[in-house]
Amino acid sequence: MRSEDIVSRILFLCASFSAIVVFLITLFMLREGIHALNWDFITGMTWKPGRNLFGIVPTLVGTLTVVTGAIIIATVIGVPSAIYLAEFSPFWLRNIIKSTVEVIVGIPSVVIGFFGLMVLVPFIRDNIGGRGESILAGWVVLAFMILPNVITLTEDSIRAVPRDHKEASLALGATRWQTIRRVVLPSASSGIRAALILGVGRAIGETMAVLMVVGNPEVPWIPTSILDRVRMLTSTLAIEFSYVEWGSQHQYALFAIGVLLFFLVTILNFVATFVIRRRNLK
Amino acid sequence: MNEVTKERWVKSGLYVAVALSILILPVIVVWVGVNGFGALSWEFLTGRPYRFEYGGIFPQIVGSIYLVGLCTLLGAPLGLASAIYLAEYAPDNRITQTVRFFTETLAGMPSIVIGLFGLQFLVFWLQLKTSLLAGAISLSFMMLPWTIRASEEAIKTVPQEYRHASLALGATKWETIVRVVIPAAAPGILTGVLLGMGKAIGETAVVWLTAGSGLEAFVPRTLRSPTGSLPMYIYLLATQGHTTQGMQNAFGASLVLIVIFLSMSVTALLIRNYYLRKLGR
Repeated sequence: MRSEDIVSRILFLCASFSAIVVFLITLFMLREGIHALNWDFITGMTWKPGRNLFGIVPTLVGTLTVVTGAIIIATVIGVPSAIYLAEFSPFWLRNIIKSTVEVIVGIPSVVIGFFGLMVLVPFIRDNIGGRGESILAGWVVLAFMILPNVITLTEDSIRAVPRDHKEASLALGATRWQTIRRVVLPSASSGIRAALILGVGRAIGETMAVLMVVGNPEVPWIPTSILDRVRMLTSTLAIEFSYVEWGSQHQYALFAIGVLLFFLVTILNFVATFVIRRRNLK
Repeated sequence: MNEVTKERWVKSGLYVAVALSILILPVIVVWVGVNGFGALSWEFLTGRPYRFEYGGIFPQIVGSIYLVGLCTLLGAPLGLASAIYLAEYAPDNRITQTVRFFTETLAGMPSIVIGLFGLQFLVFWLQLKTSLLAGAISLSFMMLPWTIRASEEAIKTVPQEYRHASLALGATKWETIVRVVIPAAAPGILTGVLLGMGKAIGETAVVWLTAGSGLEAFVPRTLRSPTGSLPMYIYLLATQGHTTQGMQNAFGASLVLIVIFLSMSVTALLIRNYYLRKLGR
């Protein structure tokens, strides 16, 4: 065998490593979680490990409520920001803003959570009501956590719109905003949709910052107000794994949550890939 | 309203949106700086934590640096090799698409799930215990897809002419990659790795389950020692601290963490800016 072929094979092995890790994660999650993945888990309304009740519904509803609100806020702020970056901002400013956004992606989430806990939570408690730790606080914190991702991906898809489309519209006498609304956004829409789907995936998986501001009641309930405390899928894992009895039904139920998270995120990722691929075919 | 006035309104709306989205960085930095500055002292930076919220954070600083260093040592070369394969060798077929899809899947994996996997696979199954090694390997699973993405991007920006010139001189493909492509892409790769390190040092959920409790009073001596880290320390004190001393220490640790994080990220961006200017773009 030629040495070039050997090199190429070794590199292929390295590239498959990510796939192997994903495969192992699936295997290990399922192996434990399968014991608890049953009808009671999926439809159960009560989560009380002490009584061997492991119903996921309140936690799932709580998670989806927080994620939905966060993605709406992130869209309202993020998409216009991306439009500004792609269409209006001068080069030097764009460079600065994009670099800032890249730094924001990495801000330690525990510090953002700390900020939320010390500033946002008391603010809500004093001015709006409730205990402060709430869905509302979760919305704000989570929205800012996923904002950089939404902005970056949306901007990419806006910039991918061919230049001649825009120029044709401008040449017909349309203003820039008319061009953006009627030409650019429609043709970038599938990319923007993919960006938002990936944002939802990010949001579902976010752990620390949200954990610190949503309250995590011992026994979660279906929220009825945005000032209610909720529990997230991720925070349940983080909190209860520190004291779970190994080999108990409780441990299996936690792994079942892991499986659920894994599948939610993978499906969203898959849908986003599919949306992007369909655009490329067009 | 005519179209021109409308455009002006829209534009100011866009300014507000941009301001909101980048505001968080200065707000967090200033807030942590103002509150944390008072906590910094020689004893705090070099001492050991005791009775939960008292003492210093030296083991946590060192632990975090060890964790990220080891994670980079493991993750970066593997990520680079994967990126070389994907950018230079991979044929456009099903297998490559699958590999790509799984890399993206790993990138989107919730960090707590990676932590859980680390706990089950590394800590229990491979019996590494909650340790420096288990924490660093788990972190590298998380860092891997970021490094791949950044390196692939950097390799793809190297102009095709460079490769052609090298191949025309009789170099093999591998020689071309090692001697021409990688050096030209190095600043971009370095930027990606540094940004990845910045993210890894702030990661909490993964080290929570795999590295240690966070309040360790000793610097890890071996790869098997439990290792404290700054994010875990901040989390514990912020949520369970009761005294003003505890809060002050949490702020101090946050400031140290933010300073380390910012120095990595800013260095990364400076390298890239310098490199882009050199390329004349």
